[in-house]
Amino acid sequence: MRSRTIKVDWLARVEGEGALHVKIKNSKVADLKFRIFEPPRFFEAFMRGRKYSEAPDITARICGICPVAYQMSACHAMEDAFGVKMDGQLRALRRLIYCGEWIESHALHVFLLHAPDFLGYEDAIQIARDHPDIVRRALQLKKAGNSLVALLGGREIHPINVRVGGFYRVPTRREMAALTGPLEEARDIAVEAVRWTAALPFPEFERDYEFVAMIHPDEYPFNEGRLISNRGLDIPVCEYDKHFAEQQVAYSTALHSQIENREAYFVGPLARVNLNFDKLSPLAQKTARAAGLRLPCQNPFKSIIARCVELVYACDEALRIIAEYEMPDQPAVQFQPKAATGYGCTEAPRGILYHRYRIDDQGLIADARIIPPTSQNQGSIEADLREFISANLKLPNKKLQWQCEQTIRNYDPCISCSTHYLNLHIEQT
Amino acid sequence: MARIRKPKLAVWKFASCDGCQLSLLDCENELLTLAGAVNIAYFLEASRATVKGPYDLSLVEGSITTERDAERIHHIRRASKRLVAIGACATAGGIQALRNFKDVREFTSIVYAQPKYINTLNKSTPILDHVFVDFELQGCPVNKYQLVEVINAFLHGRKPNTPRHSVCTECKRRGIVCVMVAKGTPCLGPITQMGCGVGGEYSGAICPAYNRGCYGCFGPKETPNTRSLSRWWTDHGMNEQELVRRFRGFNAGAEAFRKESEAHEK
Repeated sequence: MRSRTIKVDWLARVEGEGALHVKIKNSKVADLKFRIFEPPRFFEAFMRGRKYSEAPDITARICGICPVAYQMSACHAMEDAFGVKMDGQLRALRRLIYCGEWIESHALHVFLLHAPDFLGYEDAIQIARDHPDIVRRALQLKKAGNSLVALLGGREIHPINVRVGGFYRVPTRREMAALTGPLEEARDIAVEAVRWTAALPFPEFERDYEFVAMIHPDEYPFNEGRLISNRGLDIPVCEYDKHFAEQQVAYSTALHSQIENREAYFVGPLARVNLNFDKLSPLAQKTARAAGLRLPCQNPFKSIIARCVELVYACDEALRIIAEYEMPDQPAVQFQPKAATGYGCTEAPRGILYHRYRIDDQGLIADARIIPPTSQNQGSIEADLREFISANLKLPNKKLQWQCEQTIRNYDPCISCSTHYLNLHIEQT
Repeated sequence: MARIRKPKLAVWKFASCDGCQLSLLDCENELLTLAGAVNIAYFLEASRATVKGPYDLSLVEGSITTERDAERIHHIRRASKRLVAIGACATAGGIQALRNFKDVREFTSIVYAQPKYINTLNKSTPILDHVFVDFELQGCPVNKYQLVEVINAFLHGRKPNTPRHSVCTECKRRGIVCVMVAKGTPCLGPITQMGCGVGGEYSGAICPAYNRGCYGCFGPKETPNTRSLSRWWTDHGMNEQELVRRFRGFNAGAEAFRKESEAHEK
């Protein structure tokens, strides 16, 4: 009887702390745990008794990579509770700051965190030694996204300008126009990135996933819409709790999500591109087709291509919004807080992010529920690992371990987020 | 010519949002230069390659919230010639230090169905409570240019140039109209350290420049007069409950802010 252990105690190139422990017995995966050991921070508990208006700033601190996503979901949930409707330029500005975060976060993941796996480098700094131009252009693309967030949000990480009902200050047309040049260059880099990533070596690996994403009648989803899947789910955001359940497992400080009584599901760029391809901008669609991305795409390793297609889209969409921008009279809409429950779900760079708040008659938060994308993907990550390891048992331990890490990174897991925690071990007996 | 050994830089994470270490990767213009000047020996968010200690400079992000982490920080200290705590979590316990004012068991049962699986300490504490810290860089998140300045200073054996005066002073220097005097908007600017937005157009005072009151994410300035600010707010009609909330933000555990919030808690 042969046994093997694959063990990664501190998974690298992910946000937060996680581990993988796999036990292989008689050429079968006997046990597999994708552990999140990031210490719990108890956001949902200490939000109780805080004012509704503090939710965007506080929840931003769940994640330094996607603070805008938290701010957006929190604002939409509060606005849902108070019956506030965002439209016109304020709504467009919300999309614009989200474009900035997608660009910054996707560029970080594609080039600095994920690409090194495909090219056999330990990190992007090593890539830069051999191919300095790739890394330099990637950083330029990332910077264009960060500049957008910095202008609209006041700074890149934990922006200060987002509030329930809109913003504190809106940019002038001149400030916006200054971003056009860098975004046009960023778009060229993104188009090139789609071609470049599509030519990377991909493992033959496909699974029949249930993809979940938001959908909107007129646009590629960011802030609003219904939740749909390729297996018939079609619900408004307020019914999320009825269809999705979170489960606690002993080895993880992140809660696992399940959809109805079905299996794990898949959220993020690949799910969005599969479910919303027709809503992408013509250039994003054309670039994806030209690069040979065939849909539905069920190879999770190709999520790196989906991320690049979204980079093209986010640059395109940002440029459109900037071109059509007129400075609104007021930076925010007026409203009256009241006792109510509000639901918000938006498309974070890593997938759907759900917030629910119950507000009391003093405008204080009585109850909060936050479900980040990574805890929703955790089931799929474990299922992918099981299948990938079973199919690749002949690989030497070192190589198998690295590819397991890559399998996890397909999802751009944000562990800081999911702790509401990852550690890699492979054990063969 | 003899080759000069590049100094070894390590980046460590404890309970945090990853935002402060991300600030390093957000230095798009400086990152490759930095990678040329130092040996990035341990930085898991960026690389799976790790080099053993000792390290010339360790940057520590996050607060201590578990027994395991309380032990780990001692190992890191022993392996580091210089250790700098970065960000509000590492210097004050972070937003998760709000638990310090409540019963953590109750918190666990709110978030987790089976609290017995969760290991956590009663308090979220800064790095300085556990080991000797060579320097603390405040901010939630830290400012990336200040971070580069700190790295630069330590690598050259000099003191970092990170001023400790208030946000208030920065508003005056930049001609930003006082949001508290002009509009009655509560602002923590008089007692909060400058540093937000350094390197940008609204260096040291982003929130007032965006028409909102400072919410103290850079923590207390040197010698903050918190009592005077509370009195001012009380005179303008702020109730005690809200006063407590204002001081209990991302730097709730910083001594000056903590004491002031406790003074108003019944």
